[in-house]
Amino acid sequence: MRGAKSATWIAGAIAIALSATACGGSSGGSGAQAGFVRANWGDPQNPLEPANTNEVLGGKVLDQIFMNLKEYDPKTGEAKNAAAESIETTDAQNFTIKIKKGLKFSNGEALTAKSFVDAWNYAALATNKQKNAYFFSDIEGYDKTSPEDGKPTAQTLSGLKVVDDTTFTVKLSKKFGTWPVRLGYKAFAPLPKLFFDKHEEYLKKPVGNGPYAVESYERGKLMKLVPNEHYAGVHKPKNKGVLLQVFTDSNAAYAALQAGNLDVDDDIPAEQIKNAKTDLKGNYFTQPAGIYQAVTFPFYKEEWNKPGMEKVRKGISMAIDRKSITDKIYNGTRTPMVDLTSPVLGEANGYDKNICGDVCTYNPTEAKKLIEEGGGIPGGKLTISYNADKDSHKQWADAACNSINKALGNDNVCVGNPVGTFGDFRNQITKGEMNGPFRAGWQMDYPHIENFLTPLYKTGASSNDGKWSNKEFDKLMDDAAAETDIKKATDIYKQAEKIVIQDAVNIPLFYQNGTVGWSENVSDVALNPFSVPVFSDIKVKG
Amino acid sequence: MGRYVIRRLLQMVPVFIGTTFLIFVMVYAIGDPIAAMFGDRTPDPATAAAIRESLHLNDPLWSQYLQYMAGIFQGDFGTSFNGTPVVELMGNAFPNTIKLTLVAFAIELVVGLTLGVIAGLRRGRIVDTGVLVFTLLVISIPTFVTGYVLQYFIGVKLGWAAPAVSIDVTFDQLLLPGIVLAGVSLAYVSRLTRTSVAENLRSDYIRTATAKGLPRRRVVTVHLMRNSLIPVVTFLGTDIGGLMAGAVVTERIFNIQGVGYQLYQGILRQNSPTVVGFVTILVVVFLAANLLVDLLYAVLDPRIRYA
Repeated sequence: MRGAKSATWIAGAIAIALSATACGGSSGGSGAQAGFVRANWGDPQNPLEPANTNEVLGGKVLDQIFMNLKEYDPKTGEAKNAAAESIETTDAQNFTIKIKKGLKFSNGEALTAKSFVDAWNYAALATNKQKNAYFFSDIEGYDKTSPEDGKPTAQTLSGLKVVDDTTFTVKLSKKFGTWPVRLGYKAFAPLPKLFFDKHEEYLKKPVGNGPYAVESYERGKLMKLVPNEHYAGVHKPKNKGVLLQVFTDSNAAYAALQAGNLDVDDDIPAEQIKNAKTDLKGNYFTQPAGIYQAVTFPFYKEEWNKPGMEKVRKGISMAIDRKSITDKIYNGTRTPMVDLTSPVLGEANGYDKNICGDVCTYNPTEAKKLIEEGGGIPGGKLTISYNADKDSHKQWADAACNSINKALGNDNVCVGNPVGTFGDFRNQITKGEMNGPFRAGWQMDYPHIENFLTPLYKTGASSNDGKWSNKEFDKLMDDAAAETDIKKATDIYKQAEKIVIQDAVNIPLFYQNGTVGWSENVSDVALNPFSVPVFSDIKVKG
Repeated sequence: MGRYVIRRLLQMVPVFIGTTFLIFVMVYAIGDPIAAMFGDRTPDPATAAAIRESLHLNDPLWSQYLQYMAGIFQGDFGTSFNGTPVVELMGNAFPNTIKLTLVAFAIELVVGLTLGVIAGLRRGRIVDTGVLVFTLLVISIPTFVTGYVLQYFIGVKLGWAAPAVSIDVTFDQLLLPGIVLAGVSLAYVSRLTRTSVAENLRSDYIRTATAKGLPRRRVVTVHLMRNSLIPVVTFLGTDIGGLMAGAVVTERIFNIQGVGYQLYQGILRQNSPTVVGFVTILVVVFLAANLLVDLLYAVLDPRIRYA
């Protein structure tokens, strides 16, 4: 009976193989539910802690479940008081923040001044590894909780003081008049006691104070949001809730949208944009987002920083035909840049469509003249470096090079230089290993011109990747920071922006557009300044 | 045979260590995962240092590998960068992929074998040519093309199947992605079967069996098939692992949160623990499938013995 004996052994081998691979599978069911908005989502990159979320997928949830001291108007981008009753300062350095009375978290816990102070202290302490920790670097004491070298010497920020249940004060390490504008950013969200006491439990089902509360969360699959009965803000949900469904791919989500299995999709795949209007029967629009793509230069390399090079840099900028690239390659899902901020800011927060002027205007003859006057391109060769692993930067880099080559009448001047991975690309940048221009995209944290200037161009700033430095610019930035009147400060920031443009530090290319398509099942779909759908306003039919 | 199995299981150990070490080195040697975590922004030095320390990134690579392996044997595959334990990701991903693989494997087995046997029995006739053309066609079209085309026409236009699999991943929804995934291997299976059947058809034992007066059905199913299946089983066995790993494309297209999707996400986000963990499991699957194939030989052909 050899056969039977073999069969036993095979059964044994199968058992071993299965025990190595088998995992208990269980999945809670969740089909379509009447009154709910079914929306496209992806797996967030970081744990769902407000100060640890620096990308859109996590941000999409936090936007729904938190109400910050301030919030940004979906239309104008203006920062308005939300949980804050008032935020006052007389010297642009000491702020007194009063929060509204009677606020509660979605689990019924009272929200007090301490909820904010504890959350901010947690975020600022290096050992908590929060990726948005630098947001708290303006508050006095950050150099103790997050020292550049060595272990933290303080557990809390000395600049934060709880006065009473609804009042706390903030002392910044230096003057920063527009600081309150950033308080709408989710890193500044308040946290309930649950977050500190039962952290694991919190991550499984986050608790906030926003328009929605998390009812259930199956990681990597689905989050069910329902209206938060304790919410006291102005954005009361007009639907029964939101189902955030994780899709593996934007094409899969788009197919589901077309088949009526999805209601809101804010990630229409680029190759479908051409058809989206007809496919979706007009239920589609696109608008500029707070994200742009640009190219900057290695100012730490002498050949790019010597006198005369500003003309060459300007010439390169003028040699790029932005309009035809956005039309032909991107089908209008990107918009040629005309300043260094974004249209989502609105003019009140520093967007100015006239500020870039001829530097951003395609003019091949003038471009060639300028480049020659400035002494030509160093070495006669130009590479534009970008990371090749995501977001298809190759397309624009090649197109921009093509445009530059055409303007200079020489096909061999400019080529794109792909770097394998994003991590490697960022590594080369931080180590100062770039030899020519490289991609310098920016995604805003909050809609104000300050966020588009300080991190990118101030001497020694965290994202000043080209290591550009200019005394006049730095002085204007300090002046603006010392100003308590936000309007006046914004004007000074705009003067500083002009210096960056005139020196052609950064070649602005395109604003990335947010896109959104929706099914016939819903109406009133809009995008906020962060290109996240305003879920609370969406109405479900029938 | 028992000794043979034990010896094979022991042989797996060095293979397992070797492959996982290579994967580990490759994944951890490319780029700096910390730089990628912060987007287009230079990481805050204090935060970056704290994360680096918690992930043991300052230790030498061999020590990191030892710590990792020590964890694996305690069932701890580390934590993905978004805070989810990799084991939890696997618990979500593997059932989906196994389901998909089973569907694809069944399609491959039934359709591939049937086509192959029919073509082999009617060698040179119109049916044989038809199968040849069909398999050539299937092999030459890339999976993502078949995937998107079927998704669009059958899923979106005709509405016969859901274009994107729902989070519950039921078997009926997996039929379409199963066909797409099975496609290429199915073609190989039928070509292999066809050749093997056609060859064995002329062998002595078949002639004997026919001469004995056995009914044709019995000749084909018992005598012919049993011997002809050896090369096919070899292919099918190794293909189980291939299907699981190869599901990367199909899973993305049809919205199946399985192994392929997790691997893809892991690579895209430089999420090293996820990538190494999943590949390690796939290595085990490959090893187990190979062992199974070797053992099945004895069942199919008693002349093959194991000492």
